Amino acid sequence: MKLDSKIPSGPIDKAWDKHRFDMKLVNPANKRKFTVLVVGSGLAGASAAASLAELGYKVHCFAFQDSPRRAHSIAAQGGINAAKNYQNDGDSIWRLFYDTVKGGDYRAREGNVYRLAQVSANIIDQCVAAGVPFAREYGGQLANRSFGGAQVSRTFYARGQTGQQLLLGAYSGLERQIGLGNVIMHNRSEMLDLVLVGGHARGIVTRDLVSGKVESWAGDAVCLATGGYGNAFFLSTNAQGCNVTATWRAHKRGALFANPCFTQIHPTCIPVSGDHQSKLTLMSESLRNDGRIWVPKQKADVGKDPRQIPEDQRDYYLERKYPSFGNLVPRDVASRNAKMVCDEGRGVGPGGLGVYLDFADAIKRLGENVIRERYGNLFEMYERITDENPYKVPMRIYPAIHYAMGGLWVDYNLMSNVPGLHVLGEANFSDHGANRLGASALMQGLADGYFVIPYTIGNYLATAKQPKVTTDAPEFKAAEAEVKARIHKLLNVKGKRSPTSFHKELGKLLWDKCGMARNAAGLQQALDRIPLIREEFWQNLNVLGDGDSYNISLEKAGRIADFLEFGELLCRDALHRNESCGGHFREEYQTEDGEALRNDEEFRYVAAWEYSGDLAAPVLHKEPLEFENVHLATRNYQ
Amino acid sequence: MNLTLKIWRQKNASDNGGIETLDAPGISPDMSFLEMLDVVNERLIDKGQEPVAFDHDCREGICGMCSLVINGIPHGKEKGTTTCQLHMRKFKDGETVTIEPFRAGAFPIVRDLVTDRAAYDRIIAAGGFVSVATGGAQDANAPPIPKVDAELAMDAAACIGCGACAAACKNASAMLFVAAKVSQLAHLPQGQPERKRRVLNMVAQMDKEGFGSCTNQYECEAVCPKEISVRVIAEMNRDYLCATLVGAE
Repeated sequence: MKLDSKIPSGPIDKAWDKHRFDMKLVNPANKRKFTVLVVGSGLAGASAAASLAELGYKVHCFAFQDSPRRAHSIAAQGGINAAKNYQNDGDSIWRLFYDTVKGGDYRAREGNVYRLAQVSANIIDQCVAAGVPFAREYGGQLANRSFGGAQVSRTFYARGQTGQQLLLGAYSGLERQIGLGNVIMHNRSEMLDLVLVGGHARGIVTRDLVSGKVESWAGDAVCLATGGYGNAFFLSTNAQGCNVTATWRAHKRGALFANPCFTQIHPTCIPVSGDHQSKLTLMSESLRNDGRIWVPKQKADVGKDPRQIPEDQRDYYLERKYPSFGNLVPRDVASRNAKMVCDEGRGVGPGGLGVYLDFADAIKRLGENVIRERYGNLFEMYERITDENPYKVPMRIYPAIHYAMGGLWVDYNLMSNVPGLHVLGEANFSDHGANRLGASALMQGLADGYFVIPYTIGNYLATAKQPKVTTDAPEFKAAEAEVKARIHKLLNVKGKRSPTSFHKELGKLLWDKCGMARNAAGLQQALDRIPLIREEFWQNLNVLGDGDSYNISLEKAGRIADFLEFGELLCRDALHRNESCGGHFREEYQTEDGEALRNDEEFRYVAAWEYSGDLAAPVLHKEPLEFENVHLATRNYQ
Repeated sequence: MNLTLKIWRQKNASDNGGIETLDAPGISPDMSFLEMLDVVNERLIDKGQEPVAFDHDCREGICGMCSLVINGIPHGKEKGTTTCQLHMRKFKDGETVTIEPFRAGAFPIVRDLVTDRAAYDRIIAAGGFVSVATGGAQDANAPPIPKVDAELAMDAAACIGCGACAAACKNASAMLFVAAKVSQLAHLPQGQPERKRRVLNMVAQMDKEGFGSCTNQYECEAVCPKEISVRVIAEMNRDYLCATLVGAE
């Protein structure tokens, strides 16, 4: 299989304009003859569904939550990047492009990233027009803050609720189209299979989570905007319902899964407090603007009250090792360094798995009111969870699984190798390489949904020329039968263990062997172990209730079954990539200082895996990455 | 900690439902309320009983999906807190905790503690937006927005659409929810062209969904996990009166 990225030829800064002109259009009167199925209602899904409906396409949108407004984009806190250069501090499209490629440790596709930087400015305009209340200065102009991996202030924000405000902006546009009858919304509806007819993606099979009804939906194109797979690790910053099912089922129908081992560990999360823990709560990276990260210099001091540890006995290790970026180094670097100091026995809090994030200096410099205005809601959240007041005592933080840079392989048009199957937002692999910079997820989700897919899907529909199909086609009946059989199977194992117990077992294994640091021996152990867990799952799973009603155990079990298959691919990809880059840190490949050691000679490619049966090993396809505009270099944040 | 739980169980929308009493021994004070329910559910499954269904997703107080009336109060007694952010250290050892679904005629029960809050979506679809299509926006800094207006808009925009306001109200009024959206857009220049039409359409949809009227008891403000002020209701009433007098255009 030859992977064609379809990057337009010619200079990178003209590529998107040229491509937009070269693409075929669908006549306005013909758009209503096309139906697009959008799965997911987060930033990418909601903005795509609304924008496509505005253009005149008939749109169906599916969400597993009770409302499209619940999608997990809503939890993003800190902000959204855009190359507006409102601060006159040297920002430009070119610099955002450069920072993103470098931040991704040179494992992203240049063409896609350049386009992302180009449309970033339009996103802010669009959101403001939709009524998103971004933070403002007294003169009425938009305010900016700094984020990790950048030396300019290009992050727009709405207190610590930027994701919420952006999602509600996109959601209100979606609701407007629902009200107009242009989008049909299916809440509490989970995609369980992709249907191909004549080799093209022509529909999906869903389960209505309330009635249990399995249904098929036919269309002319499918857009998956179903988010990331961080919940494979059980403990992550993801919402409880986040899952890999939609993308995994598409993978099993032929879509290639790219770079699954590129998982992001977020450095500023609230540490684990016990076995009951169901998720890890993220504290926005924006906190690193004013908070200083440290641990005691001496192991003997880790149990002491941090306020009693004198200044000269504290190790502000990020400021020490990376003087020019300090506490604002990218996420992978900050996380790895936290792990290193904890491994040295200098971690603080329960189990020694924590570092301090201290605001005492910032409060002294700016006053408590300014800090409250900037981060008040985050401080409250921290206090609610830990019962400690961060205005008085330094926060304790530790890294946690946060974001999936990997995802389904897509070309420049956001189309997977399966014609008609488009993948948007976190669900695709395209823009962040091996590490995503802070405030770039919101940017990518909205770029894909507002400004890329409305153009590229038209080109597909105008050129694909596929016959109309209905859900009576045998392909739909066969997929429905498979989905029903699988549900039946889950309900009839009738073993002893709850779905969650398997999820926890898998999650712990993945975190231990394929988490912040990985090595070949550990990955091999995980690869040996996962099939055994899967085997036990299908022999000893206990799902109570039936398939014809609202059944939370059944929902969960289906998602975990997919994680148990996906987890193996995650480890396989991590084992094959004999280098360290971004969020993928292989212990065998590091510099003397413990920094990631890339191998550009052998691994400067996208690893795209093809499913080839439950019993056969997946087939690796490589898309070589060319760097014509950004010079390949070792990332240096010192 | 050892607790006794009195939980509303209801098989489906047409079932009558009733309170079931469950023991919850060995609860850690560091658990969140929903983690406590997770533990209870795991124990139920091990005993061969179906787990208690409840809505939840982000578990960080922002998605608005978690609900529950805990000891008679939506989201429990902690001020400005969603159920998912409520921790067991706020309860006493030996306490009996009553857990019910959000109650409002417009929020029918799906199962156990899960309700259908789609009525809120339909109210937004009736007018809770700025009619701007993708692509035609002017530069984001072009209309300067005074900081004070941006802050007032943001205060209202903090609403997570959980439904606690209607659940707490003796009239099951959704006024705080509706007014939050009306107020957010009324404070921004982008919201002006449709200001009158918006308030008329949203209020009409609210009435159609079967939510009651506001009688100024402020129960909604007291339980709102985002502490939205009833000021927004006053603002909405003003806009509504004005729009009724002069019409939508």
